Amino acid sequence: MVARISSRMMLEVLYKDLAARRAGAGCVVKVCMGNGCLAAGAEDVFHAFSLEVDRQGVEAKVIPTGCQGYCQGAPIVTIEPRSLFLNKVMAFDVAKVVDIVVKRGGELIQHFYRNPDTGTICRCAGEMPFFQHQVKIALRNLGQINPMDIEDYISIGGYLALSRALTEMTPEEVIAEVKKSGLRGRGGAGFPTGVKWESARRVKGDRKFVICNGDEGDPGAFMDASLMEGDPHAVIEGMIICAYAVGDCREGYIYVREEYPLAVKRLGIALEQAREYGFLGRNILGTGFDFDIQLKKGAGAFVCGESTTLMISIEGKRPSPRVTPPRSVEQGLWGLPTCLNNVETFANIPAIVLNGGEWYAQYGTETSKGTKAFCITGKVKNTGLIEVPMGMTLRRVVYDVGGGILEDGKFKAVQTGGPSGGCIPETHVETPVDFESLTRLGSMMGSGGMVVVDEKNCMVEFARFFLSFTQQESCGKCPPCRIGTYEMLQILDRIVAGQGQEGDIERLEELGRMIKKTSLCGLGQSAPNPVLSTICYFRAEYEAHIRNRGCPARACTTLGAYVIGPDCILCGLCRHSCPYGAVIERRDGFFIENALCKRCGTCLVVCPTGCIRVEPELQEEAVNT
Amino acid sequence: MTSVAERAQEIVSNYKGKEGVLIHVLQDIQGEFGYLPEEAVRVVSEELGISLAEIYGVASFYSRFYFVPRGKTIVRVCRGTACHVRGSGRVLGKLEEGLGLKSGETSPDLKFTLETVNCVGCCALAPVVVVNEKPQTVLNPDKVVATLKRSGNGGQD
Repeated sequence: MVARISSRMMLEVLYKDLAARRAGAGCVVKVCMGNGCLAAGAEDVFHAFSLEVDRQGVEAKVIPTGCQGYCQGAPIVTIEPRSLFLNKVMAFDVAKVVDIVVKRGGELIQHFYRNPDTGTICRCAGEMPFFQHQVKIALRNLGQINPMDIEDYISIGGYLALSRALTEMTPEEVIAEVKKSGLRGRGGAGFPTGVKWESARRVKGDRKFVICNGDEGDPGAFMDASLMEGDPHAVIEGMIICAYAVGDCREGYIYVREEYPLAVKRLGIALEQAREYGFLGRNILGTGFDFDIQLKKGAGAFVCGESTTLMISIEGKRPSPRVTPPRSVEQGLWGLPTCLNNVETFANIPAIVLNGGEWYAQYGTETSKGTKAFCITGKVKNTGLIEVPMGMTLRRVVYDVGGGILEDGKFKAVQTGGPSGGCIPETHVETPVDFESLTRLGSMMGSGGMVVVDEKNCMVEFARFFLSFTQQESCGKCPPCRIGTYEMLQILDRIVAGQGQEGDIERLEELGRMIKKTSLCGLGQSAPNPVLSTICYFRAEYEAHIRNRGCPARACTTLGAYVIGPDCILCGLCRHSCPYGAVIERRDGFFIENALCKRCGTCLVVCPTGCIRVEPELQEEAVNT
Repeated sequence: MTSVAERAQEIVSNYKGKEGVLIHVLQDIQGEFGYLPEEAVRVVSEELGISLAEIYGVASFYSRFYFVPRGKTIVRVCRGTACHVRGSGRVLGKLEEGLGLKSGETSPDLKFTLETVNCVGCCALAPVVVVNEKPQTVLNPDKVVATLKRSGNGGQD
């Protein structure tokens, strides 16, 4: 048990002590325990390292860290002090790694990343092209520290920003610094954070709240999860600074999505430690400032990521959005002034306070300052968690950082902003990634999911996927969203099933525009984006589904004609399994009789070689039947 | 009083007098019983002074509250975007076929529950299936089914 840190002096002494200890720590094995690596078995790897280090009698410290970013190589292990970056270290590799790398100071080439273009081996993370183009501010500590150890966080300068804000700066100065940085809300809408804080400060009230929105519901995005799991103290520190700047604020909430049990656990530990060390609670750092944070767990509703809904959910009521204004900074949680920001926004704050707003503003574009974390996933070679300066072009993000398309496929589009965003086609790949440019293309920044799709993905089906998501998650309060998304989904279902009609595209466009204009909250206002943007850029695909009853990407299996390709091995499984007897055996092989085929997809599933293809319906076929 | 009601009473008593606790109480009750038994919800209603209708309104809104018992092994197929792009639709189909359950169903012997989830945050390893809170990459859905059936105790060998 450590004594509460009751002054800035005490914190600085502790920091110097811990930093010195960190510098002389010798060998440290950092096992990535991000969500991705855990799924690949990092927990076993961690235990194996702890055991093996003892067994072989090596002087080394084994610590878990947050997401190290390169999820493609999971499980990842970094070995200090040489900063060797090892990919795909499984539990059975550990004995060898400890023996050769830790004990004898050697290297294991098979675990290093090899640059596929040049063939060079990258020993450290810094040598990999994946990391070379990144600038890490919000994610600065991920992979560097043990998220469950507050001393590790203090040893790299944690809570120094807080002590500086509390002792050297007035709340107005903190706000001025945040305004100077140009930081905009990282939840997606991009509202300037400093302006929000200032208006929250200006509102009169003796009880205000700070809320951290960790309800990252966007499928395909996990930045906030990684931050809460990998650097919870940075988020907490950002919130305390915010509470100080807003004034009259003694209570804060972190609302975490239920699907992130690990984030809940690690935030819980971090909050406990922060209280123990005196960064939360009464009289923080002896300045007379009181603040504490409660953790709230969601229960699986996407709409709770919308700020007014989130507050109603915290109140324990059936959540649905309300009309704004009044804005949350005036009437938020329990009708009291509330300042709500995203996880990533808060994680940026300590760095801004410590290094100054100008330092942060050097990155990015004129209107979108700083850096943004993205999750680059889908059909790219290097999937993972990245942070790049705003204004980097999509091409550079996909090719330089993402390493290009998987299996050297053809890049088709990138989907940003989750179900609220849109698809940006290859023709716009030179677009800089910033708030305005993405909105102009009918997409949005969103919280930062970036899903790359290649030519094998059907854009109609993709749009249908997103819409079915938003339709399911619509809270049902306002009719445009409740009924409109349902109607749109019906049309899309029809098109994907090969029953599209002339005029469907126009109906979708009209409905989409209407829903955007008349919905109550952000969910409805942005729900048609995936459909509208795919119609805008991939209209031909919609037309092919409707007119030719075919899917150009050959992804929709409920329309078109099933054809057995030349790589058939004559196993006969398709004939055996076809419930309609549509697979017919001929002397030279198998053949699918399209008049009998109901396109159920059974043969596609059973075929061991994947030689059955779905072709757009042939012209002569129409004549025959 | 039955044991369910007693246990529910204990859970509620931890939260009495605090504001906005309904969801926490329901989560704890679900943590205890695996679902929301009617008896327990009645206790919550009485103790917190919230009508049953209101509780039902809250609980039915969220996808993670259940009113019927669930299987011992809960298999959740991620249907997030990244998983979708990498073929989670097919994984779901195979699991449905292999376990003989439709998404959202529980087997009659309460061994398995199959459901979908909208993203578990390990998109880089898509497609992902979560077996009892433990996410894993699916390379071969048939193998997942086989492992599940063999072990029957959580799908982990």
